Amino acid sequence: MSELIFEKSRGGRRAFAQAPVDAGATSIPEQLLREDKPRLPEASELQTVRHFTRLSQKNFSIDTQFYPLGSCTMKYNPRACNALALLPEFAGRHPLAPVSHGQGFLSCMYELQEMLKHVTGMQGVSLTPMAGAQGELAGVAMIKAYHDARGHTERNEIIVPDAAHGTNPATATMCGCVVKEIPTGPDGDVDMAALEAVLGPNTAGIMLTNPSTLGVFERHIKDIADMVHDAGGLLYYDGANLNAILGKVRPGDMDFDVIHMNLHKTFSTPHGGGGPGSGAVGVNTRLLPYLPIPVVKKTEVDGAAVFDWAAEEDIPETIGRLSGFMGNAGVLLRAYVYMRMLGRDGMERVAEYATLNANYLMAKLRDAGFELAFPERRASHEFIVTLKHEAKEMHLTAMDVAKALLDRNFHAPTTYFPLLVPECLLIEPTETESKETLDNFVAAMIGIVKAAREDGVDYKEAPYKMPVRRLDDVKAARELDLRYDPE
Amino acid sequence: MSELPGDLLYTNDHEWLRREDDGSVTIGITGHAATSLGDLVYVELPEVGQDVELGGEMAVVESVKAASDVYAPVAGSVAAVNEELADDPEKINADPYGDGWIVRMKIEGLDESELMSPDAYQQLLDELDD
Repeated sequence: MSELIFEKSRGGRRAFAQAPVDAGATSIPEQLLREDKPRLPEASELQTVRHFTRLSQKNFSIDTQFYPLGSCTMKYNPRACNALALLPEFAGRHPLAPVSHGQGFLSCMYELQEMLKHVTGMQGVSLTPMAGAQGELAGVAMIKAYHDARGHTERNEIIVPDAAHGTNPATATMCGCVVKEIPTGPDGDVDMAALEAVLGPNTAGIMLTNPSTLGVFERHIKDIADMVHDAGGLLYYDGANLNAILGKVRPGDMDFDVIHMNLHKTFSTPHGGGGPGSGAVGVNTRLLPYLPIPVVKKTEVDGAAVFDWAAEEDIPETIGRLSGFMGNAGVLLRAYVYMRMLGRDGMERVAEYATLNANYLMAKLRDAGFELAFPERRASHEFIVTLKHEAKEMHLTAMDVAKALLDRNFHAPTTYFPLLVPECLLIEPTETESKETLDNFVAAMIGIVKAAREDGVDYKEAPYKMPVRRLDDVKAARELDLRYDPE
Repeated sequence: MSELPGDLLYTNDHEWLRREDDGSVTIGITGHAATSLGDLVYVELPEVGQDVELGGEMAVVESVKAASDVYAPVAGSVAAVNEELADDPEKINADPYGDGWIVRMKIEGLDESELMSPDAYQQLLDELDD
């Protein structure tokens, strides 16, 4: 472990680049002013630069390693998106600047709304949710608002398959709904009999991820949509796995009423550290009146397009304002540039190569002796390997393999999710990886298991070569202590 | 897999249930459930006196891998909870059928046809193992 910046601190050292601005006189009342100096580290500029550069070098990142983290779509973020989103005219724009001074930014946001509508088959889009979870919240809140507006306050049950992301039941609960969990059939599709059994006069809707977290496309989606609609419920599309079907199948055509899109996954902006994200939502005509604000609207003045914020008076039944200005504007701009660069054909290629890479990797691992959770199904953009036999035979668990991969310079796939597959690795290569990278990953997987089986290599303490060894995650959860206390 | 206690009844959701002499039942999760979840780090317990319906969420067990609901295998009211789990959730891993009990419930009656004998539960575990 390296020293903390606090431990490097020596009194009197200063860094000009990081020097605090002298705020001068403040209006903070005397009795609220602190009496002791804050314990901030005192280090030189070079020390500070070195400290944080070294820390960053210890990270795994998409810029340095293959990152096949299932359900997270850790693909390459083109530099052009970054460069254009950081243009000073965007980066320096004050969010309270008059709209007449921000027509460029607003037109980008408007066009992004339109492109997202087009690629998902929805009738309206709001970019305001600042993360996938907030997009989900907005989606189910709109479903609730739809039923409430019709006097159907009794419709408070949200159906969630057991393969769903944990955020789905959490979202439903946050919106005051009751979660009805339904099982997955042995082939990975929703259990239709179980769905039929839970539908009823209290059904508010269903939350589905398609392709699902099991990495397979839900083949009964049209039947599901008809059944839920016939029962008076609405369909929510969790956009976590939209990457797999981009430009190929549209949630709107699958008859979903509301969707959220993780622009930070599918439309390629850096993520994985907890943000910033963007969970834009799309709706069909049923839910248009409830879109969260702000939304960008386009009007014409003397034949020229003028962009402005649509606010509460434009969407009087809106579920409300979800962010102060325009969500995470920087993420939205990156997504806009990404979509403009790809164009319609490029977006189809995203889905094609994401699917091809996943199926190539799946076939290679299967041929190498790894057991697939759904061997008879085609992978969408991700797939599941189960290590239950390895775990039983030689106590080699999914976690051990994940940690051993770090030593071979690959980020671990998602482990132990979805929960219904024992000892599982959820692997998503994404479309931006080369065949060589995929082959190297397969070789690493084979090497890890072979070394355990033939040479008795023990990975219980792995990783061995990383800056930190196997973390005691039980202790971290039970006795979490993040304080720095020099005494 | 170690042997299942013969005096308990079991559920599909990998919970066990013991009939006590005073007519109440004690409920916990099975060794299989505890092993699958991994080391437990937190247990959320119901209030004593709370009424629980059959199949209702009764408690939550959280491990480093996942948080999982514990469903009531029988309707009744909560007579006691294992408060030691608040500080020592790992008791469930160490002794799932003993010190790791979760809830004791007062019940009206027990429909055993909805529950499994040790043999039937062992068969379920064997099938899962295939």
